[in-house]
Amino acid sequence: MAEPPGLEGVEHTAQGGAHLPNPMHQFEIERIVPLKLLGLDASFTNSALFMVIAALLITAFTLFAMRRRALVPSRLQSTAEMSYEFVASMVRDNVGTDGMKYFPFVFTLFMFVLTLNMLGMVPYSFTVTSHIIITFALAAFIFLGVTLIGFIRHGPKFLKFFVPEGVPFFMLPLLVVIEVISYLTRPMSLSVRLFANMMAGHTMLKVFGAFVVALGVLGGWAALGFMVAFTGLEILVAFLQAYVFAILTCIYLNDALHMHH
Amino acid sequence: MDPSAAKLIGAGLASIALVGAGVGIGTIFGNYLQGALRNPSAAPGQFANLLLGFALAEATGLFGLVVALIILFVF
Repeated sequence: MAEPPGLEGVEHTAQGGAHLPNPMHQFEIERIVPLKLLGLDASFTNSALFMVIAALLITAFTLFAMRRRALVPSRLQSTAEMSYEFVASMVRDNVGTDGMKYFPFVFTLFMFVLTLNMLGMVPYSFTVTSHIIITFALAAFIFLGVTLIGFIRHGPKFLKFFVPEGVPFFMLPLLVVIEVISYLTRPMSLSVRLFANMMAGHTMLKVFGAFVVALGVLGGWAALGFMVAFTGLEILVAFLQAYVFAILTCIYLNDALHMHH
Repeated sequence: MDPSAAKLIGAGLASIALVGAGVGIGTIFGNYLQGALRNPSAAPGQFANLLLGFALAEATGLFGLVVALIILFVF
C-alpha cells in the first residue's frame, strides 16, 4: 500500500509552500469511550455520539413542539405538523393509503437522515451519513424488510415481480436476470447515493475552506463567496438526499405491496 | 511507470464520470424549465419529480467520484 506522495498524514505541502489541511481528516472516527465486547470493538465513537444527539433532538423536537396541541398551532407546533404532513403525503402518494401503516418507519427514517445531514453542516461537527457503513446498514435493513414484506404479502407469487409482462418468452431468461440484478443492487445504490453526496460535498467544502485560508485576506474573497454559495447548496443537498432516501424507500415499499412496474 | 503515478492518473480518469452528472443535471433542469414555461400551471406539481431527478442524476456522477477517492485513499 504505497501512498502517493503528498497524500499521507494530516497535513501536506502544496506546491506554493502553503499548508493545506487534508480534506479527509474530518471523516476520522475517534473513540470517546473505548469498549471491547466479545473481542469486537464496540467503542462509543464520535459517530455514535452524533447519532445519539440526533435521536435526542428528534424526540425533543416532536415532544416539545406538540406539548400544547393547540387548535391554532404555534410556530413550533406547525413546524412539527408540517414535517408530519410532508412525510405522510409522501407515503400516501407513493405507497397508497394501505401503506400508511409503514408511515412511522418512513417518518423515523426521514427525520433521522435529515437530522444527521443537517448536524453535519454545523462547523466542527461530524457527518455520520458520510460513512458508507452507516448508510449501507440503513439501506440493507430497508431492503431486507421490504423483501420480507413482499413475500409475506404475496407468498411465492412475489417472484413474479421479476418477470416483466408483455415481452416475448424467449427474451425472459435475459430479462429476469437483469431484473434480479437490478433488484439486488438497490441497497448498494441507495446507500452509495447518500454517502457519496455527503462525503463529496464535505470534502469540497473543506478544500475550498483551505483555499480561502491559503489565499489570505487579499485573494480569498472570491473563494469565500463561492464557499458561502456552496454551503447553501450543501444545505439543499442535505435535505434533498434525506428526501430521496425516504421517497425511494416509499417506492420500494410500493413495489413490494402492489407489485406493478 | 511508477505505480503511484498510475494511481493518480486512474483517479483522474474516474472523475470523468462527473461529466455525465453535469449533462444529466443540465438536461433535467433545462427540460423542466421548458415544460414549465409552456405550461406554468402544471409546473409546481412536478417540482418533487424535478428534485428527485436532480438527486438521481447527481448521484450517478458521484459514484465515479467515490471510485476516484477509493483509488486515492484506500489502495
